[in-house]
Amino acid sequence: MNGGTMLGAMRSVLARDLMLAGRRPVDVVTALFFFVIVVSLFPLGIGPEGQILHAIAPGVVWVAALLASMLSLTRLFEADFVDGTLEQMILAPQPLSLIVLGKVSAHWLVTGAPLVLMSPLLGLQFGLSGEALMILALALLLGTPALSFIGALGAALTVGLRGGGALLALLILPLCVPVLIFGAGAVDAAATGMETGAHLSLLGAFLVMALCFGPWVTAAALRIALD
Amino acid sequence: MAEFFAMGGYAFYVWGSFGVTVLALVVEVLLLRRRRRTLLRRASRMSRKVSMGVGA
Amino acid sequence: MAVNWFKYSSPPAFYPLAGRLIPWFAAAAAVLALIGIYVGLVVAPTDYQQGDSYRIIFIHVPAAWMSMFIYLVMAVYAGIGLIFNTRLSGYMARALAPTGAMFTFIALWTGALWGRPTWGAWWVWDARLTSELILLFLYLGYISLYAAIDDPRRAARASGLLALIGAVNVPIIYFSVKWWNTLHQGASISLTKAPTMAATMLTGMMIMAVAAWCYTIAVALMRVRCEILEREVHSEWAAEQLAREAR
Repeated sequence: MNGGTMLGAMRSVLARDLMLAGRRPVDVVTALFFFVIVVSLFPLGIGPEGQILHAIAPGVVWVAALLASMLSLTRLFEADFVDGTLEQMILAPQPLSLIVLGKVSAHWLVTGAPLVLMSPLLGLQFGLSGEALMILALALLLGTPALSFIGALGAALTVGLRGGGALLALLILPLCVPVLIFGAGAVDAAATGMETGAHLSLLGAFLVMALCFGPWVTAAALRIALD
Repeated sequence: MAEFFAMGGYAFYVWGSFGVTVLALVVEVLLLRRRRRTLLRRASRMSRKVSMGVGA
Repeated sequence: MAVNWFKYSSPPAFYPLAGRLIPWFAAAAAVLALIGIYVGLVVAPTDYQQGDSYRIIFIHVPAAWMSMFIYLVMAVYAGIGLIFNTRLSGYMARALAPTGAMFTFIALWTGALWGRPTWGAWWVWDARLTSELILLFLYLGYISLYAAIDDPRRAARASGLLALIGAVNVPIIYFSVKWWNTLHQGASISLTKAPTMAATMLTGMMIMAVAAWCYTIAVALMRVRCEILEREVHSEWAAEQLAREAR
């Protein structure tokens, strides 16, 4: 077995999950609509004063993105668990962590990337400046993959359990706090004309950490779940 | 004595803290004892059934 | 010594040992708590800035310490259970969690009751209180995950992994929250300034902390005994033990 086939396994899992998502575009669109609607509800609940909206925009967009990426996580391993594919993946000669990496990448491309693309439009609704919009998209680009990795871990721990959705949120949301703080912090800093470098570097550091340890720990959790 | 319980005007805060803490500890111990008693009661019922030849 | 450790790492050997230890730790906890309360409420002088309200720290600080230590100990047990595949460490981790969650709640509650007269607000988004709140969420997540899984082996291993991940994340969360707090310092109240510690105050707090340790050990041993019997009820020794005690 050489490196080529290992990466090949990852790539074929990625392609397979993307194809499955393409067959059911509703799932993709649901997360995106959820994100848009939640963000748009805040002005209705708080009132149209520009100053307040401007101040809460980073937090609102980030919390909505966090919840939207949580939405489809319960299904990340569920279908494969039910039809036995997951068991085959564990028994496969390729490292399970690489297969997990493929699945998480597919999940991010399907649910995270649309949020990143949509976010500047939502930021406009809250009167964010051009630079803040750019930082918002950039922070989400760095942060949402990290959220997907953390979420995959929760999905692996709760695979096959009843009431998985609420339990998953309970396990995962506290672990997402650092990403939320620095993601929203970066946008906040940009909106008030301060330096954003530190926030973005820390977000990048979280992403690298999640990329290195996430798939590996998630693979361990999957092994425990199917033991 | 009354002065001690008044806690210099902070009676509510001080006794509220100590009271809730004591309550939480006592409730935890009581719940654990009940859990143990339930366990033992179920076991004794089971062994009686076995000795009567019902559960075997 | 090493032989003893291995001997007591099996539930049938540990069960009677735990039963013998419980009264000692419970008695020590009760005596120390009484001494600590006496030192804290009677001997320690009234603070000239905060009046008598500062006496809450005799509960608040030990509870906050315990909430963090217990999570750490829980994670260590979980790690041992995952690596060496020992049943007992899984039971121990599980037995500590509710007590840890309770101390976290007490730390939050007493923090609120201390904050009201001192800062004028029940709740302040101070770095320590916020991290303590997140710690409570971590405890609740651990307990819920354990409760949601029926298979005892999977429950112990999955929640053990979660405890380890949480323990790695606790410092990251703490420093993020601290950074967040310094950035958003709207009302600049110095929250961390404890009153200058008199020697008697420190003594009282230490005695209370040791009492909390003894209490935790006693309660955890009580819970681990229940846990062992419930989980191993189908094994021969547990059934015998139950029958003997039920009589």
